[in-house]
Amino acid sequence: MYQLGNLVQELSDKYGRDRASLMPILQCIVKKHNYLTDEAMVEVAKELDLSAAEVYGTASFYSFLDTEERGRFVIRVCRTISCSMKGKEDIMQTLEDLLKIEVGDTTADKQFTLLETNCIGWCHKAPAMLINDMPYTELTEDKVIEIIKEYMQK
Amino acid sequence: MVTLKINNKEVSVPKGATILDAARKLDIHIPVLCHHEDLCVAGNCRVCVVEQKGSMALVASCARPAEEGMDIMTNTMRVRSARRHIVELLLAEHRSDCTKCHRNMNCELQKVANDYSIGEHIFLDLVEDHDYFVDRSSPSFIKDDSKCIRCQRCVRTCEQLQYVSAIAVAHKGAEQKISSFHDRPMSHVVCTNCGQCVNRCPTAALVEKTYIDQVWDAIYDPNTHVVVQTAPAVRVALGEALGLDAGARVTGKMVAALKQMGIDSVLDTDFTADLTIMEEGTELLVRLKKALVDGDKEISLPMFTSCSPGWIKFIEHRYPKYLPNLSTCKSPQQMFGALAKTFYADKRKLDPAKVVSVSIMPCTAKKFEADRPEMRSSGYKDVDFVLTTRELGMMIKQAGINFDTLEEARYDSIMGDSTGAAVIFGATGGVMEAALRTAYEIVTGREVPFENLNIKPVRGLEGVKEASVKIEGCVDDWKFLEGAELKVAIAHGLTNADKVMKAVRDGKAEYHFVEIMACPGGCIGGGGQPIPTNQEIRQLRVDAIYEEDEQMVLRKSHENPEVIAIYKEFLGEPNGHKAHELLHTHYVEREAY
Ligand code: SF4
Ligand code: SF4
Ligand code: SF4
Ligand code: FES
Ligand code: FES
Repeated sequence: MYQLGNLVQELSDKYGRDRASLMPILQCIVKKHNYLTDEAMVEVAKELDLSAAEVYGTASFYSFLDTEERGRFVIRVCRTISCSMKGKEDIMQTLEDLLKIEVGDTTADKQFTLLETNCIGWCHKAPAMLINDMPYTELTEDKVIEIIKEYMQK
Repeated sequence: MVTLKINNKEVSVPKGATILDAARKLDIHIPVLCHHEDLCVAGNCRVCVVEQKGSMALVASCARPAEEGMDIMTNTMRVRSARRHIVELLLAEHRSDCTKCHRNMNCELQKVANDYSIGEHIFLDLVEDHDYFVDRSSPSFIKDDSKCIRCQRCVRTCEQLQYVSAIAVAHKGAEQKISSFHDRPMSHVVCTNCGQCVNRCPTAALVEKTYIDQVWDAIYDPNTHVVVQTAPAVRVALGEALGLDAGARVTGKMVAALKQMGIDSVLDTDFTADLTIMEEGTELLVRLKKALVDGDKEISLPMFTSCSPGWIKFIEHRYPKYLPNLSTCKSPQQMFGALAKTFYADKRKLDPAKVVSVSIMPCTAKKFEADRPEMRSSGYKDVDFVLTTRELGMMIKQAGINFDTLEEARYDSIMGDSTGAAVIFGATGGVMEAALRTAYEIVTGREVPFENLNIKPVRGLEGVKEASVKIEGCVDDWKFLEGAELKVAIAHGLTNADKVMKAVRDGKAEYHFVEIMACPGGCIGGGGQPIPTNQEIRQLRVDAIYEEDEQMVLRKSHENPEVIAIYKEFLGEPNGHKAHELLHTHYVEREAY
C-alpha cells in the first residue's frame, strides 16, 4: 500500500487538505484504480484529518465513487425511462449472456463489472450505456456484442 | 431583540433565536425529532413545521430564525396534517414493535405518533422491503437500523461533541443509512462507546445493551451474593428517570430502592473514588518528584486522569504515543470490582465465585470497560454487570416501587463510606478538585487555600478550564516542590479533549496534570443518564453534585475512615505492591481509523 500512500499525498498536495478537497481526491483515485479500497479511504482520512466513516459516507453517496471491488471495465447500462422503453432489458440480457455474470457482478478475471445507472443524458439516443467514461448509444444486441468483443481484446 | 406573534401572542426573542425558541418561551409545544439543543441545526425531519402568514410553504421552526413582525400559527389544519403525513412517512419505514422495544413509553417518535393519533398505515409499509441490520457487536449499545429515522442526531453528536465521527450518513435516497466505516461492526471501529449518541437518539435505533434480566436472575438466585456499587453521578439524575425534577438528590432513596429490590449489599463507588485519589494523587506526586528532582527523562508529564473509559479508548485510538501519560489507576468502578471479589469477599467470608458484582453507572462505556480482558485481577470478572442510570430506573419501576415516597436508607458497610471529594467526581473538574484537596495537604500539611475547600476555578461547564496552584510551605519530604506552580487543565467532551491533546502535542501547553472526561459536563452528562440531557439539565445536576459535597461531614479523600482502614489492613501503601496488583492497569494501542 506504499504506493497508494504516495498517490494520496500527491493528490492532497495538489488539491489541498480541507474538506472540499475530498471529492476531487476520491475522483482521481477512482480514475486510477477503478474503485476505492478500504485502505485508500483510510489513507485519505488520515491525510485530510477526517474519520474513515466520513470518507466512506461521502463516497457511498456517489454512484461513481465505488467502494466495492470493480473490474477494469465498468459497464453501466442506463435504466431510466427512455432507455428502459427502448429495450434496455434486452441490452442487459445480452451483456449478462456475453460476460456470464449478473448485474452487480464482476467477471472472475476482474476485467468487467456490470452495473445499472440512472439517466446519463443520452435519452435522445437511447438505449445507452457507459464503459468507464465512454458512452455508447443507440445500442442493439449486435452492436453490444461488437463493442464487448473489442474490449475483450484490450 | 425581535418581536413576533405566535398563535396571536406577542413574544420578543434575541436576534438569531429560532421560531422554535420563541414558541418555547411562550410555552407552546412544537414537536421536534432532528433538533437537539446540544447540536447544530439539521432541519431534515420537518416535523416542527409551522404556518407563517404570507408564506405559501410551511417553515421548519427549528431552523428558521425569528424575524420582526412574523405572524406564526403552530396548530392549524395545514400544520397538523403536514406533521401527520411526515410521521406516517417515517413510520412506513420504521419497525413499530413498541411493546417489545427498549424505548417503549420513553420514545420521542412514539410520542409524536401518539400526539397526531396515527392509526392504520396510509402509506405502503416498507419495513419488510429493507434488509435492516441490527449491530449487537458493541458491549455498550445496540444499533438497530430498522428503528432509525435518519434524523442524524447521532452523527452530529459524534462529530460535534465527541470529534470521533465513528458513524456518518452513507448512501442516499431509500438506501440512506447511518453507517460506520464500510459497515464494520461498531466494536471494530473508532467508537469510544461513550453513548452520547444513544442519549440523543429519539428512537430505539441506538440503545444501551441491557443486562437487566441477568441482574434480576442474580438477585433471584439464592446461591449468589449480589453486591451493587453506585457511581457519584447516578444519585443526582436517577430521579429524572422516575418522574422527579432535574437536579433532585436521591441518594438515600436510591439505596432504599436497591435494598427493596433484593440486593444483598448496597455499596458506593464513591469509596473507590476516594481510593482513586489516594492512588492517583500519590502517582502524580511520585511522577513530579522523579521528573523534577531525579531528572528522570522517562517520566511522562502531563499526567492524564484515567477514570473515563470513553476517553481511554479515544486516546488508545488517536494518541497512542501518549499512553504512558495516562495514570495507571483503574477507574473507581474497576477498583471496586477488584476489591469486591477479594477484600470484601474475604471480610464477609464469601466465596468470590458466588459474588455477583453489579455497578450502576451514568455511562455506557463502563460496560465496555468491565469487559476489558485487563479487568480480571481478582481472578474473576471484577465487575459482572454494568447498568446505566436509565436501566436502574426501569428496574425500580419493574419492581413496583413508589420511588417518591421511599424512606431514605444508608449504604451498607465495608466499602460504603465516602467523602464529598468522591461525590464531585461526577462533575467535570471534580477529580481535579478532589486530587488537589488531598495532594496539597500531603505536600504542605495544610488545607488547599480556597474558601471552604471549594476550588472554584476548576468548576463549571466551560469546555476547557485551566488553573494553577502555587505550592508554598512544603513539609520536609516535599521541599523540592516549594514555590512550584502546579499547572492543571480540565476538559470534558472529547472535542475539548482533542483540543487539549493537540495543544500538548504541539508544545503549546505545559500542564502537570490534566483531567479528561469523555462526556459533556462529566459523568453527570454521561451517555447512560436519563433522556433528555441538555445544557440546562447538566447545570442542574452539577449544582446538585456540589450541594451533595457541601453537606458531607468529610470532604477530603484521605480522611475516609474506610480508606484509611483498607490500607492498614489489606493494601499497605498507596502505589504499593498489592495496590498495583489490584488497582492499576495498562493500556493498548488501537488503530486510528
Ligand atoms: S422506537 Fe419508539 S416508536 Fe419505534 S418501536 Fe420503539 S418505542 Fe415504538
Ligand atoms: S440512529 Fe437515532 S439519532 Fe441516529 S439518525 Fe437514526 S434515529 Fe436519528
Ligand atoms: S458511542 Fe460515542 S463514539 Fe461511539 S458512535 Fe456514539 S457518540 Fe460516537
Ligand atoms: S434515460 Fe437513459 S440516458 Fe437518459
Ligand atoms: S425538528 Fe425541525 S426539521 Fe427536524
